[in-house]
Amino acid sequence: MKTTSILTSVFALSLAAGGMAAAQTLEEVRERGHLNCGVSPGVPGFSNPDDAGNWAGFDVEVCRAVAAAVLEDADAVRYTPLSNTERFTAIQSGEIDMLSRTTTRTLNRDTALGLNFAPVMFYDGQGFMVREAMDVSSVMELDGATVCTSAGSTTELNLADFFEANGMSYEPVRFDRADEVLAAYDAGRCDVYTSDRSGLAARRLVMNDPSEHVMLPETISKEPLAPGVPHGDDQWFDIVSWTVYALIAAEEYGITRDNVDEMAMSDDPNISRMLGGEGSAVGEWIGLDNKWVHRALAAVGNYGEIFERHIGPDSPLGIERGLNALYTDGGLHYAMPFK
Amino acid sequence: MPVSRDIGPQAPPRQPFWTRSRIRAAVVQLGFVALVSLLIYFLLSNTMANLARQGIASGFGFLGQRAGFDVSISFLEFGRNDTYLRGFWTAVVNTLVLAALGIFFATIIGFLLGLARVSPNWLISRLATVYIETFRNIPLLLQLFFWYFAILRPLPGPRDSVEIPGGAFLNNRGLYLPKPLLDHGAQLTLLAVAAGLVFALFMARRARMRREATGQPVAVAHWWALGLLGLPGLVWFSTGATVGLSVPALQGFNYRGGMVMLPELLAALLGLSVYIAAAVGEIVRSGIEGIDRGQTEAAQAMGHTRGQIMRFVVIPQAMRIIIPPLTTQYQSLAKNTSLAAAIAFPEIISIIAGTTMTQTGQALETIALAMAFYVTVSLSIAAVMNFFNWRVMRRAI
Repeated sequence: MKTTSILTSVFALSLAAGGMAAAQTLEEVRERGHLNCGVSPGVPGFSNPDDAGNWAGFDVEVCRAVAAAVLEDADAVRYTPLSNTERFTAIQSGEIDMLSRTTTRTLNRDTALGLNFAPVMFYDGQGFMVREAMDVSSVMELDGATVCTSAGSTTELNLADFFEANGMSYEPVRFDRADEVLAAYDAGRCDVYTSDRSGLAARRLVMNDPSEHVMLPETISKEPLAPGVPHGDDQWFDIVSWTVYALIAAEEYGITRDNVDEMAMSDDPNISRMLGGEGSAVGEWIGLDNKWVHRALAAVGNYGEIFERHIGPDSPLGIERGLNALYTDGGLHYAMPFK
Repeated sequence: MPVSRDIGPQAPPRQPFWTRSRIRAAVVQLGFVALVSLLIYFLLSNTMANLARQGIASGFGFLGQRAGFDVSISFLEFGRNDTYLRGFWTAVVNTLVLAALGIFFATIIGFLLGLARVSPNWLISRLATVYIETFRNIPLLLQLFFWYFAILRPLPGPRDSVEIPGGAFLNNRGLYLPKPLLDHGAQLTLLAVAAGLVFALFMARRARMRREATGQPVAVAHWWALGLLGLPGLVWFSTGATVGLSVPALQGFNYRGGMVMLPELLAALLGLSVYIAAAVGEIVRSGIEGIDRGQTEAAQAMGHTRGQIMRFVVIPQAMRIIIPPLTTQYQSLAKNTSLAAAIAFPEIISIIAGTTMTQTGQALETIALAMAFYVTVSLSIAAVMNFFNWRVMRRAI
C-alpha cells in the first residue's frame, strides 16, 4: 500500500547520509549504472507499460533522453510509478534521481518542497469532463455538481478556488490514485471528472464507452508540467534542464532521430556545436562528453517527434500542438542557446 | 551412596558487586537506553540536516495555513477557507466516527455470529461458518472495493432515484433522508427522551438489585416503554405535535435538503464491520466453548431454559475469555479505517498523509501526526477495554 512506501521514503530521508557534498547525483547514477526515474502509474500516452511490458510515453522519453546523455544507454532506466501523494517524498528522499510525471511547477513545490524544475515539457490546463447525456455545455452550469478528482493535486485546489470565485457549490469526491478516480466516475459516482486536459484525454481512452463523455470548453488553470530534480545539486539540475532544451532546440534546427548523424557534419556552427562537432565544448561545460546531445537525440528524437509519437493529433490521444508548438509557430517552447 | 557431611547452613561467598544480577541488569538496561537515545538523536539530527540541505521547509507552522481544499464528509464544519489544523481535527472526527460505528456494528454482528456458530441448528451454524470463512479470508481492501462498487454500480443516477416511502431517495450519490428540524417542541421532546432513558435505566437497576436480593425475576419492559415512548410522546403532543422536516428534493444535479449517507461512508462501514465481525464471531464462539460443560449441565439440572443458561450462566463467564482478544479486534478495526482512503472516505490518511502532505510537502510532520493519532486511538481503546475487563473479572469471581 501507498502508506508503506511513503513510510519507507520518510525513513530513507532520515537515514540518508547527512551533509552530502553537492553535485554527486551524476557520480551516483554512473556508479549505479542506471537512472532512477519517477513516472505516473499508467497514463496512456504519457507513461504506460506497452505490450511488451516496457514503460513508454511522452514523460518516459525524458528519462530515456537523460539516460542516453549520461549513461550512453537510453534503456538504462529504472522506472518508479508514483501516485500524487508519493511523488514528492520519493524525490526528497533520493529514492529517484528525477521526476518526469505530469507534475505542475508551482512556487510552493519549487521552494518549500525542495524541488528544482527543468523547462516545461507540456503546457497544460485544468479541464472538465462530463457525460454527453447531461447536456451541459459550460463549466458555469455545474453549480451543485458532484466532482471526482485526485487528492494531493493542484487540480483539487484549483477546483475549490474556481467554484468559490464563481459563487457555486460542489461536492468533492477525492481519491489518491488516478485509476480510482476514473473507476468511480465511470461507475456514475460523479457528474464531473476534472484533471489536466491531457490527463482527461488520456483516461477517456480507457473508459467503458469513451464516446459517452465530452470535454467542456473552458480551461480554468495554468498547468505547466515539468520534470523535477531535488534541490542541492546544480550540475544534475543543469543536465536535466539542458536535455529538455536539446529536445526543443533540435526541433527548431530540424534535427531528427534519423538525420542526427548527418546533421552532426552540418556547416551550421550552432548545430555542429550542439552535436559535439569540432571545437565544441558542450560536454566539458556540463561535465559530460561532447556527444551527449547527439546520443539523447539519436535515442528519442526531437520534441516534435516525441509529441507526435505519443500524444499528437495522429495518436489515440489526439492532442493538438497549441501552446506546445515552438515559439516560431506561435507556441511557447523556446530553447536557450547552446553557446 | 556417599553423602557429603560438609553441607550445612553457611554464608554465601562474597560476590563482587558488579556480578550481582540486579546491578548487572541495571547496567545493561542503562546501556541499552543510551544506545536507543543515541540512535534517535542520530536519526533526528540527520533528518534535520538533510531537510536543511535540500531547503525543505520543516516544523508544524503549516498547520496555521489556509487549507484550500474541500472534503465530502465532515462531521465538523470544514471548508477550503479553514486551516490545515482544522482539517486535521476534521480527519480525526471522521475517523473516530467511522471507527465507533464500525465497532458498534461489528460487535452486534459478531456476537450473533458467535451464538449462531454454537447453535445446535445445523443450518444456522453452517451459515455462520460460511460467513466467517468467507469474510475472514479475503483482504479487507478488496472487500472495501467490492462494497463500494457493489453500491455504486446497480444504483441509478439522481434523476432516476429509487423513491422510498416517507420522503427518502436512494441513488448512486447516496441515501437521502428527511431531516427533522429542531424547533422548540422537538428540542423538548429530545430532552424528554433523555430524561426517559435515565429513568428507565434507574428502574432497570433497581429491578436487578431486587432480583439479586430475592431471586425473583422482576419485569422491566414497561418502564422502558414508558421512559422511551410514553414520556416523549406526552411532551410531543402537549407541545403541539408538529413535525418540522427538511425533505430532500431534486434540484439541478442532485437532491438538496434533508440529510445524506454517502456511498463512501456506507461502503467503509459495511466493509469494516463485516470483516471484523467474522473475527469477533470466532472469539465469541471460543469464549462460549471455553466454559466447562458442567456449568451448562448444572444449570439444566436446575431447570433453566436454554436462553437463561446462555444469558445468566455461560455468557457472563465467557466474557472473561472474550474481552482481551476483542480489544485487539477493536484496535485493528480502528487502524483499518485507514484503508477507507482508497474509496474516497476522507479520514486521516486521505486528509493528512494525502492531501495535506502533498500540498505542504511536510512528509515527516504529517506522517508523525498520523502515527500519533493511531497510537493514541489504539491505547485509548486498550484502556477502555482493560477497565471493562477489570469490572467483568471483579463481578464474575
